[in-house]
Amino acid sequence: MADEMNTYFTQYGIIAIFAALAVAVPTSMLLIGWALSLLKVRPKKPSFVKNSIYECGFETITERWSQFNFRYYSIALLFVIFDVEVVFLFPWAASFGTMSEEFGLFVLGEMTVFIGILVLGWIYAWKKGSLEWS
Amino acid sequence: MSVVFFAIAAILVISGGVGVVAARNIVYAALSLLIAMVGTAGIFLIGLAEFLALVQLLIYGGAVVIVILFSLMLTRIQEFEFLTANKHWPIALIVAMCLLGLLIISILIEDSTTTTMGSTNITELGLSLFKDWAIPFELASLVLLIALIGAVVVVRTDNEEDR
Repeated sequence: MADEMNTYFTQYGIIAIFAALAVAVPTSMLLIGWALSLLKVRPKKPSFVKNSIYECGFETITERWSQFNFRYYSIALLFVIFDVEVVFLFPWAASFGTMSEEFGLFVLGEMTVFIGILVLGWIYAWKKGSLEWS
Repeated sequence: MSVVFFAIAAILVISGGVGVVAARNIVYAALSLLIAMVGTAGIFLIGLAEFLALVQLLIYGGAVVIVILFSLMLTRIQEFEFLTANKHWPIALIVAMCLLGLLIISILIEDSTTTTMGSTNITELGLSLFKDWAIPFELASLVLLIALIGAVVVVRTDNEEDR
């Protein structure tokens, strides 16, 4: 049991280190640049050309906050529902090998029924035009 | 070792929570909520609840925060001018204090030395879900179906004025 705990924490510790690195690298880029400008190592001479948009793109014409189209929301709600579905797929996939030895194709059938019921709803949403832009 | 992990996760949760309340920009508040959710997933991991941590990341960190951001982008900035006035802070304080009291009482009552740590891995969870709870599992898809149909009906797009 103690060994199991150690592997558990080691494995998630590695993930934690990766996550910490992923946060630390971009943050340190900003921080080092900021620190160098404080130490006068990095010169700060803004000019019109430097402040213009890099390489390509248009000058911004609106505020940064623009109102999105209302119909994006239905897509967001559908995303949440299928996200919940994915949560059920995880334990199914993890235990599929053990269970299919005992129950055979029944295990596959269980998940087919589960997804089939949701596909019905998806077809309904499609027919209702929730996924259409028009 | 787990104490160190817990400290990191707790700092994430608390700083995220403070950020939600203190941020003047509501998008920053939503992103702070994401940080708090990720920290909560870390606490679930320390409590050996791997699956719950996964769900926390996938549903709360992934979907719920995205939907909150989506619904923010559907609004106009003018509607948020007085949002950070926090007129209802006494009520929030009372509710938070009640919750804190409840937590303190439960920590005092529960003798942590008698509880044992035990983990349920995802394979075991799947075995019990698909063997013993197969029918409730299929019913869960019906619940999701109803939610899906509800989402389609509520977000009607046949109204020309909304376009």
